[in-house]
This record gives sequence, C-alpha cells and structure tokens, in this order.
Amino acid sequence: MSDFVSGFWNIYITVLVLISVVGCGVFLWIQDKAKNAPGETMGHVWDETLEEYSNPMPNWWRWMFYITVVFALCYLAVYPGLGSYSGQFGWSSRGQYDKEIADANAKFDPIFDAYKNQDLIKVAADPKAREMGRSMFLTYCAQCHGSDAKGAKGFPNLTDNDWLWGGEPEQIKVTILGGRVGVMPPYGGNPDAVGGPAGAKELANYVRSLSGLPNDAILSAKGKERFAVVCVACHGPDGKGVQAMGAPNLTDKIWLFSSKEDAIVEIITKGRTLTMPSHKDFLGEAKVHLLAAYVYGLGGGVKPAPATPVAAEQPAAAPTAAPAEKK
Amino acid sequence: MLTHDKIEKNIGLMILLIVLLVSVGGLVEIVPLFFQKSTTEAVAGLKPYDAVRLAGRDIYLREGCYNCHSQMIRPFRAETERYGHYSVAGEFIYDHPFQWGSKRTGPDLARVGGRYSDEWHRTHLLQPRDVVPESNMPAYYWLDRPARSDDIDAKMKALRTVGVPYTDQEIAGAREQLKGKTELDVLIAYLQGLGTVLKQTK
Repeated sequence: MSDFVSGFWNIYITVLVLISVVGCGVFLWIQDKAKNAPGETMGHVWDETLEEYSNPMPNWWRWMFYITVVFALCYLAVYPGLGSYSGQFGWSSRGQYDKEIADANAKFDPIFDAYKNQDLIKVAADPKAREMGRSMFLTYCAQCHGSDAKGAKGFPNLTDNDWLWGGEPEQIKVTILGGRVGVMPPYGGNPDAVGGPAGAKELANYVRSLSGLPNDAILSAKGKERFAVVCVACHGPDGKGVQAMGAPNLTDKIWLFSSKEDAIVEIITKGRTLTMPSHKDFLGEAKVHLLAAYVYGLGGGVKPAPATPVAAEQPAAAPTAAPAEKK
Repeated sequence: MLTHDKIEKNIGLMILLIVLLVSVGGLVEIVPLFFQKSTTEAVAGLKPYDAVRLAGRDIYLREGCYNCHSQMIRPFRAETERYGHYSVAGEFIYDHPFQWGSKRTGPDLARVGGRYSDEWHRTHLLQPRDVVPESNMPAYYWLDRPARSDDIDAKMKALRTVGVPYTDQEIAGAREQLKGKTELDVLIAYLQGLGTVLKQTK
C-alpha cells in the first residue's frame, strides 16, 4: 500500500529507482565503449610484476546485464514499484489474497452449504461430512479436547455421554457457536452456609458418597445438610446437575478434575470458571454445523427424542443464556 | 572525470561512493515507510498495552517465546483459515520491538487472544502436555510466582519517549495494577489481548 503523507514520496521513490536502473545501463554502455585491445593492461603494477588485464567482459555476461536492466524497466511498468503507481497489471498482495479467498469460496461453499441445511443427525451419519468434521476438529478443537476428543483435566471428554451443557445436536451447535461460561462460585457463593474449610470437607465427603466413593459417614451426613442449603441451587437436590447452567452431574462417576477429597475441597473453596470460547465469528455457521455433527457422532450424542424418560435433560439453553465474551 | 584509477587510489572517495551505492536500497525501501499512513497509524480501536499486559509482554520476551512463535499472519488462505484475519502493520504501532518473528516451531500467536480460556493457558504454560499430549513445547513451570512490579513505571516512561501515549496517571497507577499478580497472570493477560482489535467475521 502506498498511502504516503505527501506526494513527495511518490516522486522520491520513482526518481531514485529510475536513476539506479537507468544508471546501471548507462554505466554498462560507457564501459562497453572503452574498448581495449586484447592483452592491454590497466597500467598499474603491484608487487613488482602484478598487473591487471583490461579485457572486455564476455559477451554473454554483458548481454545478461543489459537484459536485467530491460527486465527491471518492464517489471516496473507492469507491477507496482514506482511510488503509488500500481502497474499495468493492477496487482496487489491484498488483491491476490482476495482472489484466493473468492476462488476457494466458489469451490468449497457449495459443499459446506449442502450440509448446512441438513439435519445434524443426518450430517453426522455422512462419512464425507465426518471426514471434514474430523479434520476441522483436529485444527480448531484438539488443543483443549484432545485429538481423540477425550478431553483433558478440566476440559470435557466429548466421547462419553456426560454433557455439561447438553448433548443433543442443536445444544452442541449452540455451545460451539456462542461458547459457554460455567461458573462455580467459591463456597457456592455463600461461605457462611457452607461453613468455611470444615464445611467444605464435609461437603466433599458427601459429594464422594454420591458416586459411591469411600467417605467418612459422619462428615458426609453433615455435608448432605449443607448441600441441601447451598449446592442444590445449581447441582439439583439429587446432585444430578442442571444443564441449563452447565452445573455438572455429581453422581455419574465422571470427574472433570479429580475425585480426590482435597481436589473437591479446593473446587468448593476457590470456585471454578470454565470457558468454552465462542466460534461463531471465527469459523462461521457452516463449519460449526459440520463440527457439531462430528462431535455428536463421536458416540456420546444424545438423541433429541421428545419423550425421553430421563427428565434431567433440560431443554437447550437459549443462545443468549451464556454468551462467552472474548477476553 | 572520475576514473577507476582515481577511485581506487583515494580511499575516502571510495568509501563515500560505496556507502552511496549500498544505501540506495534502504533509501527507497525503508525511508518512505516512515511517511506512510498504513505503517505509522494505529488501526481503529488499538490501545497501548496496559501495565499488566506490558509486564506479560516482557515475560514473553524473557522466556524467548518468539523463538518458536511468530506473531504475523500472512495474507494466504491457508493461514487465515487457521489463525484468523491476516496481520496489518497498524496493529503493531505500540510494539517496541514488534514480535513478528520468523520461526514457527509452534503456531502463530498473532490472534491467540480469546481462542482459549485463561484456565487452558494456565495449564498449558505450566505443563503443555497436560492438555496437548503431542506438544513439544517446554513446560514453564516456574511462572507461578509474583510478577516483578518495581520497574514497570520506568518501562512505561521509556516507551513514552519512543511514542507510546501513556498518561502520567497510567504510569503512576502501574505498580498498583500489578499487585498480587503472578507472572502467569500477566502473561495470560498479554496473550488474551493479542490480535483482538481486528476481528475476522464470516
């Protein structure tokens, strides 16, 4: 781009470039004219007998120099190089990029668009769509959810049937498009009712009891009472969680962090904020559609049957429920 | 008339002519860039690094992140599909020095801001293989320690002399902003701000 603060710089560049190029040609021409007879020397002598011949350059070499000068001038006529003159071809790196994108869109958009209007479950069954989804998953999702989609500590496994925000195809799509922010406040937002570190220990024992892990029965019983006061608001009375706010099911023996008592105490006392970034602007809906279908098809997807006996499945959170703000 | 003979025997003249000759490229290719709007004016919405992000940027430099990570997305589809909108000069007006880099052992970071959660960065910086088992990035396990704050105002003053518009108030409050922050905190703040001014929309 040549958006100079004044027109002087256009002239400055143009003049300097042309002087250099033409100067090379003139210099060559002057040297050409000064022909010496073969065998003649430059006339100076070093170290007693060391002399320098003044032979002309070989013709192939001389002509190559002339050709480079002509090439430079032709190049500057058709490509940008002389100040703000954009060249006869009108080429620019931005224009080249825009064309590359336009060509690619013309080629790939129809493929994406064909899937975009299909039902997610149908897309998930399409081998070609799965292949496309897989390669996008490896590029955009694997950093957190792993290349095998089995997640990592603190990053959900997408292949099991445990879903923080719902495993129905449309719910998955909403999650990828808008992102999610799941907040567990320190002490459930109510340190008095939790009873400080001692209360947290009791709660941790109760939480462990929910999934049948060894626990201290006395502490657990006390924890149960506290759970009913504080934790119930998000995790529900039976600890099965509420997907509308991303509150995990505490009874399914699946641990996002750790099932150790210390780890649970830490989460209760310090809280957690888990963020799934929004991908709507970055990837666009067509790609997210394929990704959602791929994730749904990984094995843990929940069929959106209206009369599912598992009533814990909450309806998909409205897209505005938890828009993940970019930080 | 300048002859071969004369130039060869007058070392001062030869130096002068050589300097003149080799400076043409710089005079044509570098000097005009200082008088070009797209290379000297910030893109709309760009703000100087606040004290926290500036401290994070210095951690980035100290740990040599630029040795493996570039911060420059080139205008090719293969890059913009993966990283986002290509980089433009106006995004780096307040970078002294810029971190464009030229080596990509790891991915480009020009638009890493907002791509991952803070929690991901925390885990990943301390031990990359906890989240990306295939990663060959070193673990920066020592970053979970207090960030140095006693030199931040001097840094901001130095940057002000080269044209970053910090106000006296911002410089006065800089140490306060770093209070209680770890090196991880400030580095993550820096990373989360990278490239967020220019958004790619589809």
